[in-house]
Amino acid sequence: MKNKGLIVTLSIVGIIVLFVIIMVVWGIGSYNNLVTLNETVEQNWSQVENQYQRRADLIPNLVNTVKGYAEFERGVLTDVTEARARVSQFNVTPEVLNDPQAFQRFQQLQGELSGALSRLLVTVENYPTLKANENFLQLQAQLEGTENRISVERRNFNQSVQQYNTTIKRFPNSIFAGLFGFSEKQYFTSTPGAETPPKVDFN
Amino acid sequence: MKIICLFVILSFPLSAQPEVPLLKQWANDFTGTLNKSQLETLNFRLKTFEDSTSNQLVMLMIASLDDYPVEYYSHEVAQKNKIGTGENDNGALLLIAKNDKKLRIEVGYGLEGALPDALASSIIRNEIVPHFKKENFYEGITEGINAIISAIGGEYKVKRDNSTDDERPQIIPIIFMILIGLFMFFFRGRGGRRSGIFLGGLGGGRGGFSSGGFGGFSGGGGSFGGGGASGSW
Repeated sequence: MKNKGLIVTLSIVGIIVLFVIIMVVWGIGSYNNLVTLNETVEQNWSQVENQYQRRADLIPNLVNTVKGYAEFERGVLTDVTEARARVSQFNVTPEVLNDPQAFQRFQQLQGELSGALSRLLVTVENYPTLKANENFLQLQAQLEGTENRISVERRNFNQSVQQYNTTIKRFPNSIFAGLFGFSEKQYFTSTPGAETPPKVDFN
Repeated sequence: MKIICLFVILSFPLSAQPEVPLLKQWANDFTGTLNKSQLETLNFRLKTFEDSTSNQLVMLMIASLDDYPVEYYSHEVAQKNKIGTGENDNGALLLIAKNDKKLRIEVGYGLEGALPDALASSIIRNEIVPHFKKENFYEGITEGINAIISAIGGEYKVKRDNSTDDERPQIIPIIFMILIGLFMFFFRGRGGRRSGIFLGGLGGGRGGFSSGGFGGFSGGGGSFGGGGASGSW
């Protein structure tokens, strides 16, 4: 009788130990996987930021070039300059990714700058001499290239966030994600009206 | 994986995506505009350019994008075919959508310095488009390729032309060979079978190294970040 009790106790202890070992191994695997995914998201985020920065750096030159030809388009030029200033003032930290409001704000500011820039480029259509200017054409090509890079990097970023979010929400990773403090990250969404070209009033 | 695919599809609600081909040549014309000898001339030019510089430059002419954005399509073609070497990302793609009258030069990460957007745009506007406007596609493509080659020609060298890096990689295999020869010599009696297997494995590895240079085009693993410029005529 005594022996039987011991065997039962030992096997229960054994099962518990085995369970704990399995959980620990599983947890380590899950944690490492989450760290890798998190790193990928942050790396892609820095690429997005780089391209936005590159766009902001191009703007002063563009504004100056346009100014020489389209002196009286003050309003459009001021819009671009102000939108750029607001973007530069926004302090971007990796924490933005975990904060829906800050992320929303970042996206909104960049969207406003995109809007102001495309209004500027539409206005320029009315100035044939400016459009024939090689310097302007090169700036325009750089700006278009940067916009395209932004969209490429945003897509890469969204894909990595997609993978990350799916992973942390799925069982059993969801347990470990909560335990280790991995929270859901934000996506870029397309801004409403971004597909339609802006209308410019020439009165 | 499925979810990612779905997400990619959902993020382009604009229109149906034209097929992204897996390219087998450097110069590809799916519209039948260029004749055989013109295609061969272009192909040879691009192949020799890759052989001498390791830069992969690919030309693709398609009929229509079906309203799909040219930037997305060219990025997908370039990524799928892995144009450029994985080490330097030194690939570039000249894409022409004939019926849409649109074209784009897609530039790999590693060539963005030698062929910046402004230069790519200038090549499109000044070298290619004037010919395309007169329907002279072969001349336009040739001029464009010449301009791209002269821009990126000096950016990277093929490894074997580089005299400083040359010595060590050549000595190591020789030492290795000698060691294996000695190994085989001393252990021939006891472990003949084993050393035979060993040598077989080595031979396989070397075969993998040299493959890809023969026959048609094959991508080297380059990636693209959206650099380049688009144009129309």
